[in-house]
Amino acid sequence: MINLNFISAEIFISVSIMFLLILGVFKKNSSSLIHNLSIGLLLITGILILNNYPDKSLTFFANSYIIDTLSSLMKIFTVIGGALVLSISKKYLKISNIFLIEYPILILCSILGMMVMISSNDLIVFYIGLELQSLALYVLASFNRDQLKSSESGLKYFVLSALSSGLLLYGCSLIYGFSESTNFNIIGNALKSTHYGLTFGIVFILVGLAFKISAVPFHMWAPDVYEGSPTSVTLFFATVPKVAALTVFIRFLYVPFINMIDQWQPIIIFLSIASMIFGAIAAIGQNNLKRLVAYSSIGHIGYTLAGLSVATNEGIQASIIYISIYMVMNLGLFSCLFMMKRNDQFFETIEDLSGLSKNHPILSLSFLVILFSLAGIPPLAGFFAKFYIFKSVIEQSMYFLAIVGLLSTVIAAFYYLKIIKVIYFDKEKEKYDTDHSTWLKVSLAISTLLILLYFIFPSKIVEIVSSVTII
Amino acid sequence: MIDIGLGHYLTLSAIIFTIGIIGIFLNRKNIIVILMSIELILLAVNINLVAFSIFLNDLSGQIFTLFILTVAAAEAAIGLAIIVVYYRNSSTIRVEEINSLKG
Repeated sequence: MINLNFISAEIFISVSIMFLLILGVFKKNSSSLIHNLSIGLLLITGILILNNYPDKSLTFFANSYIIDTLSSLMKIFTVIGGALVLSISKKYLKISNIFLIEYPILILCSILGMMVMISSNDLIVFYIGLELQSLALYVLASFNRDQLKSSESGLKYFVLSALSSGLLLYGCSLIYGFSESTNFNIIGNALKSTHYGLTFGIVFILVGLAFKISAVPFHMWAPDVYEGSPTSVTLFFATVPKVAALTVFIRFLYVPFINMIDQWQPIIIFLSIASMIFGAIAAIGQNNLKRLVAYSSIGHIGYTLAGLSVATNEGIQASIIYISIYMVMNLGLFSCLFMMKRNDQFFETIEDLSGLSKNHPILSLSFLVILFSLAGIPPLAGFFAKFYIFKSVIEQSMYFLAIVGLLSTVIAAFYYLKIIKVIYFDKEKEKYDTDHSTWLKVSLAISTLLILLYFIFPSKIVEIVSSVTII
Repeated sequence: MIDIGLGHYLTLSAIIFTIGIIGIFLNRKNIIVILMSIELILLAVNINLVAFSIFLNDLSGQIFTLFILTVAAAEAAIGLAIIVVYYRNSSTIRVEEINSLKG
C-alpha cells in the first residue's frame, strides 16, 4: 500500500481544479470568487507540502515518482510564487478585461504540471508533467485574445515550445532505446557506456530543456513572448516555470546523466557563458521594460546554469538560492510595473519612468533597491545570490567561467543603472494613479524588504537549502 | 529478401524527424504547415519508441507512445485554437507576416 500522504498536495490541487471548473460553470459572475479561492487553495497546497516535508527520498508508483527535499522545496517555491502572482495581478486583469474564471484555473493546471514535473523520476511521468504545464502556458500567453500582440505571442510560444518538446521527446526515445528503461535510476546505472546514441539522446534532451528555460542559443522565443503576453502572464513566465524547469535540469543532470558528466559539462558551461554574455549585451538597446526583463532573465538563467555546471552539492544549492532570490526580485519588479498605471492604462517603456522620483518617491526607492539587487550590488540579496554561485564555481577552479560571469555582471549593471538614471535624473512626467490594491502594496513592500534586509539573515536560507543533497 | 532490423526503423524515424524540423524552419508560407511538421516530429518519436520497444521486448515504450499520441491530439487542438484567435486579429496566417513583435 502506498502512503498517499506524501502526494496529498498533488491530489488536492487536481481535485480542486475540477471543483473550481464546475463552480465556475454553474455560478454566474464567479470570477472574483474563483480567483480568491484559487489563491487560498494554493496556500493550502503549500501547507500540505510543508506538512509532509520528507527527511529522506521516497519513491512511489513503481519508482516513477520521487518525493525528496529537492522536490518538496521547489514545489513550495512554485506554489507560493503562483499564489503571489495571482494575488497581485487581480486589478491588472480587471482593467485589461481578462478577469475570467479560466485564468486562475489555467494557472493552477500549469502549477500541477510543474509539481508532477518536479517530482518525476521517470521519462513518461516527466513528459506528462511537462505537457500539462506547457499546454496551460500556451493558452495563458494568448489569453488577451482580442489583442494582436497577445495572440501572436501565444502563437510563437506554441510553435517553438512544441518544437522543443519534440526535440526533448526524440532524446527521450533514444535514451530509452539505448538504456532499456524509462526510469531515471536505471538509466543512470545503464549510462556507463559511452554509446553515441546515448550522447545524442543527452544532447537532444539538454536542447529541449534549454528551450524551456530560455538559455542562449535557444532563447529566441523569450523576448517576443514576454513582451506580447499580458503583464500578469509575463510575471508568471518569468518566475514560476523557471523554478520548475531548473529542478528538472538538476534532476536530469544528476540522476540519469550523472555518469556522463564529461559529455554534458562542456554543454552546460557553453549554455551558461552564452546566456550570461547575451543577456547582458542584448538588453542594452531595449526600450520596453517587459522585453528588458526577458533579456535580463536570460542572463540570470546563465548564472544559475553556472551553478549547475560545477557538479557539486554546493553548486546546486547556490543555483536554488539564486533562482529563489531571482523570483523575489521579479515579483518586486513586476509589482512596480503594475503600479505604473494612469487612467486605466498601463505603461511599460523606459521613457514612462522618467522623473518618477519626484512624484512617487517610495515607488522609485523600491525600483532603486530592486534594480540594484538585479545588478548584483552589495549588500542587497542579488549580490549574495551571485556570490554563492561564484564561490562554488571558483572552488572547482573553473576560473574562466567565473571571470566571464563577473564581466557580464559589469556589463549588465549598465542597463540597470541606466533605468535608475532615468527614474532619478530625467524630466518628470504626469503623475500615476495611486489607488493600488493592498496586495500589490504588501507584495512590493515585502519583496523590497526581503532584498534590502537579506544580509541580516543570510544563513537562514542557506540552512534550509543545505538539506538539498542530490549527489 | 532484406531483413528489416532496428537500424532501418531508426533511419526512417530520423528521416521523418529531419523533415519535420526542416519543415518548421524553411516554411515561409503557412502556419498550418508548421502544425503538420510538429505532428511529423512526434510521429518520428513514436516510430522510434515502438521499434525500440519491440526489439528490447519491453512494454514501456509502447505505453509511452500512447501517452504521446494523446498529448499530441491535445496539443494540435490548442494550436489550432491559437491560430484561429490569431487569424481573427490579423486576418492572415502567413508566416512572413507574423512580425508585430520584434526588437
